[in-house]
Amino acid sequence: MSFNPRYNYGKSLKESGWIPRREAKQQDYDRIGFMSGLEVHQQLLTKEKMFCHCPAGIFNHSDDFDAEIIRHMRPTLSELGEYDGTALMEFRTRKEIVYRIKNETACTYEVDDTPPFPLNSEALGIAIEISLLSKLNIVGEVHITRKQYLDGSIPTGFQRTAIIGVEGELAMPKKKIRLIQLSIEEDSCREISDIGHRRIYKTDRLGMPLIETVTYPDFVNPDEVMEGCDYIRFLNRSTGKVRTGMGAGRQDVNVSCRGGSRVEIKGVAHTKWIPELTHNEVFRQWSLLRMRDFLLEKGIDKNNWKASNCEITGNLDFSKELLKTASGKGIKLIAVNLPAFEGCLSWFTQPGKTFKNEISDRLKVIACLEKPNCITSEEIDNPLDDNDLSNVREQLFAKEGDAQLIFAAAAEDIDTALETIEERCIMALEGIPEETRKSLSDGTTIFERVLPGADRMYPDTDTAPIPLEDDYIKKLESQLPEDIIDRYNKLKDWGVPEDVYTYIFSKNLFPLMEEIIGKTGVKPSYLGTFLGHELKFAEGQSKNEGEFNYRILLRLFEFLKEQNYDFALAEVMLKDLMEHPKMEFESILANLKHKKIPREEILARIPFLKQKFAEGKTEIDELKQRNWIMGQLKGQAIGNIDLQELSKEI
Amino acid sequence: MMDKDIFQGYKGDALEVLKKYQVRVWGTTKVETTRGTFEGTVLPRAENDDDKHIVVKIITGYNIGIDIRNITSMKETGYKKANYKIPEKQFPVTPGLPKVKLFGTGGTIASRLDYRTGAVIPAFSPGELYGAVPELADICNLDTEKVFAVFSENMGPKQYIALAKAIGKEIEKGIDGIVIGHGTDTLHHTGAALTFMCQNLPVPVVLVGSQRSSDRPSSDAALNLMHAMRAAGHSDIAEVQVCMFGPTSDEYGLLHKGTRVRKMHSSYRSTFRTIGDTPLARVNRNEILPIKKNYNKRRDDKNVKILPYYHDKVTMLYYYPGMSPDVLDAMVEKGYKGIIFVGTGLGHVNKELYPAIERAHAKGIHMFMTLQTLWGYVHMFVYDTGRDMMAKGIVPAGNMLPEVAWVKLSWILGQTEEPEEVKRLMLTPINDEITLREPYNGYLVYQGGVPEVEEFIKKVHK
Repeated sequence: MSFNPRYNYGKSLKESGWIPRREAKQQDYDRIGFMSGLEVHQQLLTKEKMFCHCPAGIFNHSDDFDAEIIRHMRPTLSELGEYDGTALMEFRTRKEIVYRIKNETACTYEVDDTPPFPLNSEALGIAIEISLLSKLNIVGEVHITRKQYLDGSIPTGFQRTAIIGVEGELAMPKKKIRLIQLSIEEDSCREISDIGHRRIYKTDRLGMPLIETVTYPDFVNPDEVMEGCDYIRFLNRSTGKVRTGMGAGRQDVNVSCRGGSRVEIKGVAHTKWIPELTHNEVFRQWSLLRMRDFLLEKGIDKNNWKASNCEITGNLDFSKELLKTASGKGIKLIAVNLPAFEGCLSWFTQPGKTFKNEISDRLKVIACLEKPNCITSEEIDNPLDDNDLSNVREQLFAKEGDAQLIFAAAAEDIDTALETIEERCIMALEGIPEETRKSLSDGTTIFERVLPGADRMYPDTDTAPIPLEDDYIKKLESQLPEDIIDRYNKLKDWGVPEDVYTYIFSKNLFPLMEEIIGKTGVKPSYLGTFLGHELKFAEGQSKNEGEFNYRILLRLFEFLKEQNYDFALAEVMLKDLMEHPKMEFESILANLKHKKIPREEILARIPFLKQKFAEGKTEIDELKQRNWIMGQLKGQAIGNIDLQELSKEI
Repeated sequence: MMDKDIFQGYKGDALEVLKKYQVRVWGTTKVETTRGTFEGTVLPRAENDDDKHIVVKIITGYNIGIDIRNITSMKETGYKKANYKIPEKQFPVTPGLPKVKLFGTGGTIASRLDYRTGAVIPAFSPGELYGAVPELADICNLDTEKVFAVFSENMGPKQYIALAKAIGKEIEKGIDGIVIGHGTDTLHHTGAALTFMCQNLPVPVVLVGSQRSSDRPSSDAALNLMHAMRAAGHSDIAEVQVCMFGPTSDEYGLLHKGTRVRKMHSSYRSTFRTIGDTPLARVNRNEILPIKKNYNKRRDDKNVKILPYYHDKVTMLYYYPGMSPDVLDAMVEKGYKGIIFVGTGLGHVNKELYPAIERAHAKGIHMFMTLQTLWGYVHMFVYDTGRDMMAKGIVPAGNMLPEVAWVKLSWILGQTEEPEEVKRLMLTPINDEITLREPYNGYLVYQGGVPEVEEFIKKVHK
């Protein structure tokens, strides 16, 4: 029987032990050695950028620019005299990097035509505050370091970054997470497009101050990673000095399985994506390790394994699609023979993906071949025509048990493509390559680049070290907010239901809550629910999302108290308040046609309503009666009498 | 001496702390402080930094400073000296490619870190250069020689003379082109000096530098070097030229005449501009694209004239309103024989200076007028003041750039002090330091914000 890719995919999936996340239990993760740590990025709320005086937080559309600049990046030696692996890979890609500049948001510093100005002291202060909250050991002197990025995301080719503190910890409700370090760094460009050998960036975000909190790999399951990430973000936000909104907080998640390697999932925009991404990544590694065993059992010697290739001529059916996406001069169709790799190119890696994708993703990034960039002998959905395949095999002198891959590329890209394919296959015989991967919204990831190491660090010769004196640290220490875990415990003591904590912390509403409670005496559990349910819902409905000043709520509750209204009236007023935050509270009430009715008057209506409910009934269901009367009275009662009390009176 | 090696760059209190705990530079260490524990490798410290901190590279690769006043104890747990070496590969010899000689003067074409100063030390051997910029092997067969190592601002007469002689020797040996790696600050002074000292060149002499040191991934060094080697090996412009970025983008370089070029921005990549004329040519990795039609062509002979003369008693006087005559008197008193005035407008200074000018003239001081405006000609006939000054012995120097005039007068006074001969030599251009015509596009300074300029900048890479 001939090889069946679809069957092979199913079989390898089963062997990997992959299960949907909702079915996975802690013992599943323990079995494969789930390990994960976080790098949480948070933009700081400063007026200006980190090393120049451009405004921070102004963004422009990709087509709205004043000038373009072109750069190429070359690898340079690290301080310790090494070339970094990523650097060399990026160099192989030979990308032309285009920067789109808007005068308003970028000066000559952003495009590396002026050395840095002194570090933004506002940003430094915030970073130290957050480091202190994170119980980190604060350094005596801040040294700006250059961290190489040859992907072009920073026009200098490196990010200026500096350690503020090392070795800290973060208390979560059930666990403490150890922190490796916190650094302050300049944010990178935003990518507009990346096609073939040309990558385009815009420079509006570039240079905005950012902090990165790095944890130890202490998380043991996907949900815990998300929780940890949330807590770091809550802590950052508790200062009130960080940016919020799209892109202001991003995280890189490091994941490995037992026997696997550190893989960094980059730029995860929402914490709620973390569980699915980490779940799939740990199983991807686990499955690739099973594939390695499968290959080694065949007796392949990784030191002698070599792919062979030839140019394909003749009119073959499958070539059309490949040629459609290929670009450049002198395009050729190249077939590659992968000895003894049958079974791998349809080997399960992630839901809907196989080892072929591992190769294809790298061909795109390293050799600049746009997708679809290859076809293999193990296509699951559109298998190659048998005649075509045997034709290719013949040209390659392929043996039984070999696998084949065909790609189309411009002459100048062929060597890089061949190297990339062979390199990835040899890696498969060794284990899991360390790499950074880009997250997709379906919970899977694709190759982004080789994981950079400590070798890409270099001292910044353009800046002087900044000493941090004890007096300065003490001053910052004296103005810190309380710990998130203490706030968590307070909310618990107050009886605030746990489902609203995330909202309260993520919007940093706790200080406001304490103030409202202190000034009006509203029941904390009511206020917590009001914020976590009513406010959250109203915000979701509102057109002005993100613009509402929460401090209006303090005035609202004070108003209700002064006017002797029941606090529940806030729920009714909230929608109008969000739409018209400048409107007088009285006017909102007038709009709602709300009337002030004395409590006694409302209670006095109960006997009449009871009578009315009873009309024509022989038997009275007390519950139904109460609900009906509540319904009749609610409109008048709300704000004038506590509804629970009213219900009791009925 | 021993201390210096073990405790590289540390001094004062910080040095005492390292000695006390017996921790060396490159030693791995665990430091207990009042701010917590820190671990890492002790790094050398830059000489000008304070003596209150110790620099440590932590395991994640970042450097931090530890305040010695917070240290309660520290211990050396190992030793790991960095082996910083630029990968060296044999520079391949390709038959058929031109022979190019690279002279090193201390610029930053390829470099590594110098802890002492915090600056970068250039890589230089052909092997090192090939390791860093392998593309060079496709352009030429390269040989290198370190003539001396100074920073750009320390370049001076001695170096000009040494370079001129070295150029003469290489031409004698039959080189196809010469590249000089040079710091950028005074690249144009050297360009002028070599133009005067090396006349009748049969091959190109190309000065090149970089505005971003080569330890940066976005450095212009590699591309500048490729452009310079291309120009030196393949172009037929046998003149002293400066080769630096045209636009700030990595697109092409410009070849400027050594006598008409000037550094015009403190940090931009495209800082060098030809003033009062157009550049000689554009150059990219593959070809030379001429802009000027007339230039000195490459020849097969070796008939270069090396004229290594210099007089170091020439100075410049940058005029400002209200300048008092004692400034000029002081120069004369201190024995200066030549003075280049950098005057306002068409070449003016105020009347208060007249008596001092007269005194200088009486003492036989050679005085020439150049312009703060940089662009344009000195025209001393237009106003009375100009005519007055000429009468008092100041000679208008046409559209010669101030720095070029200073270099040229120094070079001339190294040969003769006979007034008429000095004047004749000054006003007889050797290579366009004075031009007869200023082309219409010789003066181009765009004004940002103007709609058509904005339109242009958006389309064309600046």
